[in-house]
Amino acid sequence: MEEKMSDKVLLAHGSGGRLSHDLMERHIMPYLKNPILNKLDDSAVLELKGRIAFTTDSYVIKPVFFPGGDIGRLAVCGTINDLATSGASAKYLSLGLIIEEGFPITDLERIIASVSSTAKEAGVLVVTGDTKVVDHGSCDGIFINTSGIGVIPEGVNISGSRASEGDRIIITGTIGDHGIAVMAQREGLKFSVPVESDRAPLNGMVSEILKVSPDIHCLRDPTRGGLAGTLNELAAQSDVGIMIEEGSIPVKDAVRGMCEILGFDPMYIANEGKMVVIAAPEDAAGIVAALHGNRHGRDAAVIGEVGSRHKGRVVLKTGLGASRIVDMLTGDLLPRIC
Amino acid sequence: MKYIDEYRDTDLGKGLIKRIADLSKRPVKLMEFCGGHTVSILKHGIRQLLPPGIEMLSGPGCPVCVTPVADIDKAVALAREPETVIATFGDMIRVPGSNSTLQKAKAEGSDVRVVYSTQDALEIARLNPLKKIIFIGVGFETTAPTVAASVVQASKEGLTNYYILSLHKLCPPVMKALLLSHEIRLDGIICPGHVCAITGARPFEFIGREYDIAAAISGFEPLDILLSVEMLIKQIENGRHALENAYTRVVRDEGNIQAIRIMYEVFETSASCWRGIGMVSESGLRLRDRYSAFDAEKAFEIKQAEARETPGCICGDILRGVKKPHDCRLFRDVCDPQHPVGPCMVSAEGTCSAYYLYGGEDER
Repeated sequence: MEEKMSDKVLLAHGSGGRLSHDLMERHIMPYLKNPILNKLDDSAVLELKGRIAFTTDSYVIKPVFFPGGDIGRLAVCGTINDLATSGASAKYLSLGLIIEEGFPITDLERIIASVSSTAKEAGVLVVTGDTKVVDHGSCDGIFINTSGIGVIPEGVNISGSRASEGDRIIITGTIGDHGIAVMAQREGLKFSVPVESDRAPLNGMVSEILKVSPDIHCLRDPTRGGLAGTLNELAAQSDVGIMIEEGSIPVKDAVRGMCEILGFDPMYIANEGKMVVIAAPEDAAGIVAALHGNRHGRDAAVIGEVGSRHKGRVVLKTGLGASRIVDMLTGDLLPRIC
Repeated sequence: MKYIDEYRDTDLGKGLIKRIADLSKRPVKLMEFCGGHTVSILKHGIRQLLPPGIEMLSGPGCPVCVTPVADIDKAVALAREPETVIATFGDMIRVPGSNSTLQKAKAEGSDVRVVYSTQDALEIARLNPLKKIIFIGVGFETTAPTVAASVVQASKEGLTNYYILSLHKLCPPVMKALLLSHEIRLDGIICPGHVCAITGARPFEFIGREYDIAAAISGFEPLDILLSVEMLIKQIENGRHALENAYTRVVRDEGNIQAIRIMYEVFETSASCWRGIGMVSESGLRLRDRYSAFDAEKAFEIKQAEARETPGCICGDILRGVKKPHDCRLFRDVCDPQHPVGPCMVSAEGTCSAYYLYGGEDER
């Protein structure tokens, strides 16, 4: 059967003419409609009070659908979580789509539906957007850019430079899930990997822990570069030493197994639904308890503390009681031979 | 059984460390043959926990590292041939040759693909009948049987566009060469667990019998390694040197007979050049005549200039256990995993990479 022309995104869909209107009305707006976006003005007009956080990120991932998520969900979660790292509760998002000519419209709709459901889950609105279609070969399927605006609650002052001696280091859940799920899908590994990406909007969880302890010192999402990368950044930025205990870092058995087989270290694998929290020792227990009450923080654990030795470095105490320095990742992760 | 936690048990580990400390009476030099052992020893901090008299040296047990510059050049030259697709395991693509790497060749337009098994390479051959797929066969006895199996399969399927550049190496002959050189005086050797899973324990019995050196086969978890160190120290202190097996859950005396059979169905032993060590007789594998149609060395006229080692890089000395990474003036300042000068910094199993990533405080 001959494929219908309208099954694929065409260059004309980005021309601003009738087809553009059609794409917007039939395949995008039905999922995203809200009073601000519905006006279809060239810019959204917003009212906000207080200190504002603003961030932007572009999402290019292969494959666009992976176990536990897709590029749409990722694009919403990523920006919301970037806002959350300053304690800001995300309010509004922009959505920029760059689509390769020939991209299936059903896939586009699936992605927009996923943007919509993730935004609803997080309580944010997509208030402005843009769609461009580029020649076949000029991009890989679909690229998404989202920018986000959020409001920082009174009394919250989070920064990567605020870690101080004695502070406790908390990770909000198991590490490495996203990277391993995507890698297993991308490389078509022929064994079953019961791991799903952990992508999740964390604004709700962050609001909850800020209620328990408004004076959280540092918050950061350990995405590319993994937990090791984030802890090294924080150690350098705050000019402190970070000591962590290997045995206390939560890792799913399946992730550990995959890492053992491929020669990876879960410390360096990307996460999309986790936060590193650094706070005063007296606040740590309350924060962990609050995290355990949130579905994205069930496996949260205190994994170490901030010290004065080894400034700018991360030191890991192994299960056997030895200690070694954990460096940033250098170069790409490559699977080993034997 | 989860097969990881059990072999990382803290209390059992501390018990073994104490027993080793009680047994150890004099300074000894032990070599861990495998890159995998080196990584585990550093990653779990085992070296710091052993008595100071026990010195651990890394051996030539990283297949990527022992591949000489000339062979890397060969792979790069093949990548530049028209209509070829190079299929290779991941770490090979960044190893520097005389002038280039497979990664650079890829950036310049060659078709170089990272695969996870020979099955992936065969699939590329099936899907691209007009291209010539060359699998870079790097690895020890652990890897060679799967490559051999792919050749048998390709032969059965009548694939005429699948080739192997066989750079495989065998472990017992190089161990013998190291011991014969008398360059370092070793008291004990931790033998490669996964190689022994294929070869069985017997090919390593000569270490005790002919050279009167302690030997133990070890797995790669911390408890495996500590158990094998305990065995070695006991052998040394008792003066009775005979191969022991600390990896009985994987290694049998006779090895994996099926794997050995298919390996020698396709390959025969040949002399092979090891980086830092040179030619070692009977230490390589080349395709037998009946499979010569799959031999990349015969199917292609490989043009290459004389190989050139990188000045200053001491990977060769490190592979012989003569020097350690921090003896190298390039280590860390010039050579790091982002900009590797030598192969020992590229491979995940490389000694320099392991020292760089997991070297601990004493290396800085």
